[in-house]
Amino acid sequence: MLPTPSTSHVCFDRVYEPAEDSFLLLDTISSSSEAAFLRERFHEASSTPPLILEVGVGSGVVLAFAAANASSVLGRHDVLTLGTDINSFACKAASQTVESAIKDFGCKPSVFLDIVNCDLASAVRSHSVDVFIFNPPYVPAELPDLSRHQSFNTLPAGKESTTFEQDSYLLELSYAGGEDGMVVANRMLEQIPEILDEERGVAYVLLCAQNKPEEVKRRIRDWGPGWMVETVGSSGKQAGWEKLQIVRIWKTAA
Amino acid sequence: MKLLTLNFLTCAIKTCKTSPASFPLHPRDCELEVVESESVNLPFLKNILPRLMWDELRVIADELGLPALPSTPPTRDDLVEPSSSSTTTISHAQNAGNAAEGQQQAEEKPSQTARDLHRVLLETCIKEGKLVCGNCGHEYKVMEGVANFLLPGHLV
Repeated sequence: MLPTPSTSHVCFDRVYEPAEDSFLLLDTISSSSEAAFLRERFHEASSTPPLILEVGVGSGVVLAFAAANASSVLGRHDVLTLGTDINSFACKAASQTVESAIKDFGCKPSVFLDIVNCDLASAVRSHSVDVFIFNPPYVPAELPDLSRHQSFNTLPAGKESTTFEQDSYLLELSYAGGEDGMVVANRMLEQIPEILDEERGVAYVLLCAQNKPEEVKRRIRDWGPGWMVETVGSSGKQAGWEKLQIVRIWKTAA
Repeated sequence: MKLLTLNFLTCAIKTCKTSPASFPLHPRDCELEVVESESVNLPFLKNILPRLMWDELRVIADELGLPALPSTPPTRDDLVEPSSSSTTTISHAQNAGNAAEGQQQAEEKPSQTARDLHRVLLETCIKEGKLVCGNCGHEYKVMEGVANFLLPGHLV
């Protein structure tokens, strides 16, 4: 079993704490079937280093896992990792998580770029992403009021710590997904064909049962010829409302 | 924020994406810091060459007042110290995993060109400053090494 990165330095009052969903992502990308799929795609040692992008990194545990275990997961260690989060506190915490994971147990170092404070992947250059990972805010709950974002995204002037209200807002961003829990995820799905590398790009997106995953998958297949989507990981076999699954999205030569 | 990161970012405004001028973002009023990392990752540097937008990188280096980068990107061979590649393979105690690959590459030493490239791409960081879109002129702030691409409501 591959080691899980440490997040002991992260303040979980305002950054999403690794939970069942995060661990399902780790387990899925390192499962023997996914590792085989990814190796097949990326093992060519002389091809250019793949860029892994995770949107909404939170504590950074998933990206750190991918960065530190790149050799096992992708079959090569010259891998680039880049993350984004809308929460600036998460950006700083996640940078530390990835850097320490690479230092602590990356048997061969992959190359960590940065975590940028960004809405989804809006600042990412077109078709530059090889492996995309997204654990969306998927809970069907009202979206927080974004007009407060600018003031809540930094420490209050002259203060050393965040307020309770601010922390609640920042955590809401990490889980509240609006109608069907899909409002943020849908915005992200729309960007996927634009950011993925046209030949070797592949995306992993987490969905819960309330997101109506079969409907989501149908919509993805409608993107156009060649677009494929498959459930490649799942947890919570009982009919609980938070049954989770990971879908893999990729394009075949049409 | 590492300069190599700028190789993968553009302006966050949708309507700028189609304009070639939205890439690269132009650093302005930047305070740089050099964050030394343990070692030069030679296999990485060799493989990343085709992914580097070299002309754009030269523009960024110039705008930051860094030493000018050569007009053409180095080749894979330029990154290897000439004397090092012919060294006879000495077998080390074999570590788990990728032993064969490791042995072969362990003998190659990075050239000065490789070390310079490593310094520019991965060790030279923007600590504070701005990144400016060449198309719309929007300025994105970098604070404590974190770039902020969030847009005010009216630009989303």
